[in-house]
Amino acid sequence: MLIRLTGGTVYDPASGVDGIKQDIYVQSGKIIDKPIGEFQVDKEYDLKGKVVMSGAIDMHTHIGGGKGNIARTLLPEDHRNDPVAHTHICRSGCGHAAPSTFITGYRYAEMGYTAGFEPALLPINARQAHMEMGDIPILDKGGYVMLGSDDFLLRMLTAKKDQKAINDYVAWTMNAAKAIGVKVVNPGGINAFKFNQRKLDLDEQNSHYGVTPRQILQVLATAVKEIGVSHPLHVHGCNLGVPGNIETTLDTIQGIGGLPMHLTHIQFHSYGTEGDFKFSSGAARVAEAVNKNKNITIDVGQILFGQTVTASGDNMRQHANNKFASPQKWVTMDIECDAGCGVVPFKYKDQNFVNALQWAIGLETFLLVDDPWRIFLTTDHPNGAPFTSYPHLIRLLMDRTFRNDVLSTIHPEAQKMTTLASIEREYTLQEIAIMTRAGAAKLIGLQNRGGLSAGNWADITVYTDDVDRQKMFEKPDYVFKDGEVVVIDGKVVHTKWGTTHIVKPDYDKSIEKDLKAYFDKYLTMKVDNFKISDDEITEDGRGSLSVHALNAVV
Amino acid sequence: MSEFFEVPSPFCGVGTDDLTIKVDGLKISVIENGCAINMPAFEHEITETKARINGKEVGLNEAISHAASLLKNTNFPLIGGCATDVNGMRGLLALADRVGAVVDNANFNNARKNILALQDSGWMNTTLAEVKNRCDVLLIIGTDLEGFAPRFFEKYLWNEAMFLENTSNRDIIYLGTKPSGVASTSPNGKTAQIFECANENLPEVVTVLRALVKGQPIQAENVAGIPVANLKEIAEKLKNAKYGVITWAAGSLNYSHAELTVQTISEMIKNLNETTRCSGFPLGGKEGDQTANQVCGWTSGYAARVSFAKGYPEYDPFLFETNELLNNGEADALIWVNSFNAGAKPPKTSLPTIVVARSGMTFEKEPDVFIPVGTPGIDHTGHAYRLDNVVAIRLKKLRDSGLPSTAEVLNAIEQVLREESVC
Repeated sequence: MLIRLTGGTVYDPASGVDGIKQDIYVQSGKIIDKPIGEFQVDKEYDLKGKVVMSGAIDMHTHIGGGKGNIARTLLPEDHRNDPVAHTHICRSGCGHAAPSTFITGYRYAEMGYTAGFEPALLPINARQAHMEMGDIPILDKGGYVMLGSDDFLLRMLTAKKDQKAINDYVAWTMNAAKAIGVKVVNPGGINAFKFNQRKLDLDEQNSHYGVTPRQILQVLATAVKEIGVSHPLHVHGCNLGVPGNIETTLDTIQGIGGLPMHLTHIQFHSYGTEGDFKFSSGAARVAEAVNKNKNITIDVGQILFGQTVTASGDNMRQHANNKFASPQKWVTMDIECDAGCGVVPFKYKDQNFVNALQWAIGLETFLLVDDPWRIFLTTDHPNGAPFTSYPHLIRLLMDRTFRNDVLSTIHPEAQKMTTLASIEREYTLQEIAIMTRAGAAKLIGLQNRGGLSAGNWADITVYTDDVDRQKMFEKPDYVFKDGEVVVIDGKVVHTKWGTTHIVKPDYDKSIEKDLKAYFDKYLTMKVDNFKISDDEITEDGRGSLSVHALNAVV
Repeated sequence: MSEFFEVPSPFCGVGTDDLTIKVDGLKISVIENGCAINMPAFEHEITETKARINGKEVGLNEAISHAASLLKNTNFPLIGGCATDVNGMRGLLALADRVGAVVDNANFNNARKNILALQDSGWMNTTLAEVKNRCDVLLIIGTDLEGFAPRFFEKYLWNEAMFLENTSNRDIIYLGTKPSGVASTSPNGKTAQIFECANENLPEVVTVLRALVKGQPIQAENVAGIPVANLKEIAEKLKNAKYGVITWAAGSLNYSHAELTVQTISEMIKNLNETTRCSGFPLGGKEGDQTANQVCGWTSGYAARVSFAKGYPEYDPFLFETNELLNNGEADALIWVNSFNAGAKPPKTSLPTIVVARSGMTFEKEPDVFIPVGTPGIDHTGHAYRLDNVVAIRLKKLRDSGLPSTAEVLNAIEQVLREESVC
């Protein structure tokens, strides 16, 4: 079937198309060039006056894995406020802070998103993450496997194993866990917490291993680069949420010595200690460092006011913050000599000085970083806010008057501590398309996604241009996934299953000998039973794997 | 005849995956590393392979159609048992959503003791490999650990550990129920300390223990027959431990409002973590109970006692209990699902009953429909959650029995009803 999307105004940064009227042709799920000669269009969509972008990609959203399910089980009261009934095509579930898997898929699609990436795939819990994501309809998905607090790596570092051995281990783990990237969370800190350390600065040693976070970042960032993975090491840095952590963040950027590195939810890592409350914005300094260091990419982790739940691998910091839990209940777990997690419900309040300033710090970061190809739109769902708040966030970025109106309502002392009111920048549609489409696809290393030129999969979102950007981005006219219409007027009309994006870097098989001995001696599962096989993703007839190319290995 | 190595078990809760199994035709023998739980569970023989309607053997499709017709006009059907693998639960939840059923896992009254504590105040818990490598003091409350998992001590405590020089020196302390054997005696002869009391006295014993951990003055000299001096000794051991672990099986806490005991234990663990490390380790994971809660959790937002009757999931840990719904006449049909245990029969009821269960289940009253299914981890591949609720094990297929999987049967019933509702 040949589909033509006619006359829409196209924003496709991947091809350098910025608001140009273009027809798009779709056949067999993919975008094709206009056929040569005579041809028959089987289905036409008249998109005159509409805005056309590729489907949006959330490059950092907690949509799969154990901590999310702990968050769900922990918060029945939150679900009760947002029950979702089944329809003749959609499953029932719940929404808001920790939505059920089916509702996650529908609501992302209804905002024009066609892919989401789970950033914290614990190797031992990766199977669960993939099973949960396997129950998220419509979206493509994938995950970044978490390393850095696993005892195997720390033992390697203590034993002074060379970089090549570490590369083999990282590549092996990516294959075993079916990942597309590598993440590190509070490098070594989750492990240190198990030895009763309560903080771990960049150059502070793990009390058992003597290894520092800086060393871990260095070897992992090097490994990711050397095994040819496109997505740079995805870093949740040290000292999350600690006033003064701006210095750690700047030191982390300097310390990586030009290696590609992605700093995630950087808002939580951009705090100074100035002012009467000893809490201030470090956004300008972070933005300056990002602007200067082209090897660095960031996503923001914007907070927005209201009830949510924070779910993180960083049990050290989550434990430290448990007194802020609202409602007052929380969970931490130590996990399998591999990692950990912490789940703390949170209510961000605009009349709370710290929360109000966190809000401003996130927005300052967005507006002060020059290059939209190196900054990404996230709330670290659900940690800063549920993903359903993205249209509101887009309006804050695109509409200075609206932004300043909201700013004038937050805690007055926070207003004094932010430069936000003076920042004139308003994001353009093209910049939004870069952050949420072309840039995200490029950062993750997705081929044939995030663009609208021929050869791309036909993940396409069509909006009605509206000065109220929240309204515009809340309710697309159409969303196409792999060439099929899945959403009309902001409602799911058809469901299908997306694919799972992975990479398969090579490794020296001899690493398995060490791993087998380690698993047999210390862990609770055989190494062959640990590895996730392809058929685990595909055997139910719904899932599929898309393997992406690696960078040429130097 | 063939042999399978490193076979994972969905039966024992600890996710043992070092079994060697011999398969001869349909006959299964556990030839290495079996235990009192896994051997009979794996070796249970297939007796019937044909579905039945009112006791009469029929083809699978006919049984599926009949099951669908029984469900078609129900108002409040109940899916009980819910003991199956991840894909089985996926099919079960799709069917529940389609027909507006209650989903209730057979072990929920026990799991509820943990879940209510979790939902009220949370906890700090750990997983099996952390216990194996870090635990220097293990406090076992109200539970016969070796009865629960016969190889627990051998595999996870008397092992070589990364962070303990000699695991034989671990402190093992029992509070409440005493152990049924001597598995807790370490290889170098160190015996467990046992402070016995009736489990129903654990609420006050555990409350006093928490008070002692917090340094509160206690006037009493003994609690439920246990000298306070002994409890003080336990409190000191936990405070001085590098990585204490406190374990309990909710199923063994057989008294009302045991969730308050779980909560007291969990809050005590939080108190201990103000200065040292200590973690909770609730036991469970047998016959798919964690699996049911996990899959129901990500599908509905709630653990596995949920009603879909209103078109959306509603959670009530008390109202939607199987026996309540049957005894007070609320439910109007019963679907009983247990793909692991032929001995776990459906409750007695005069309601239309559909049983999807492991071959070999026998009935006092023949159900309207009985569909024998394969066992996950024997007859087909699958996934099941281990007791620590973090690790999902990959189950293997060991033989070709021709039995359908639970997921296939439940999806087929759902499909029939879907086509009827769309047409």
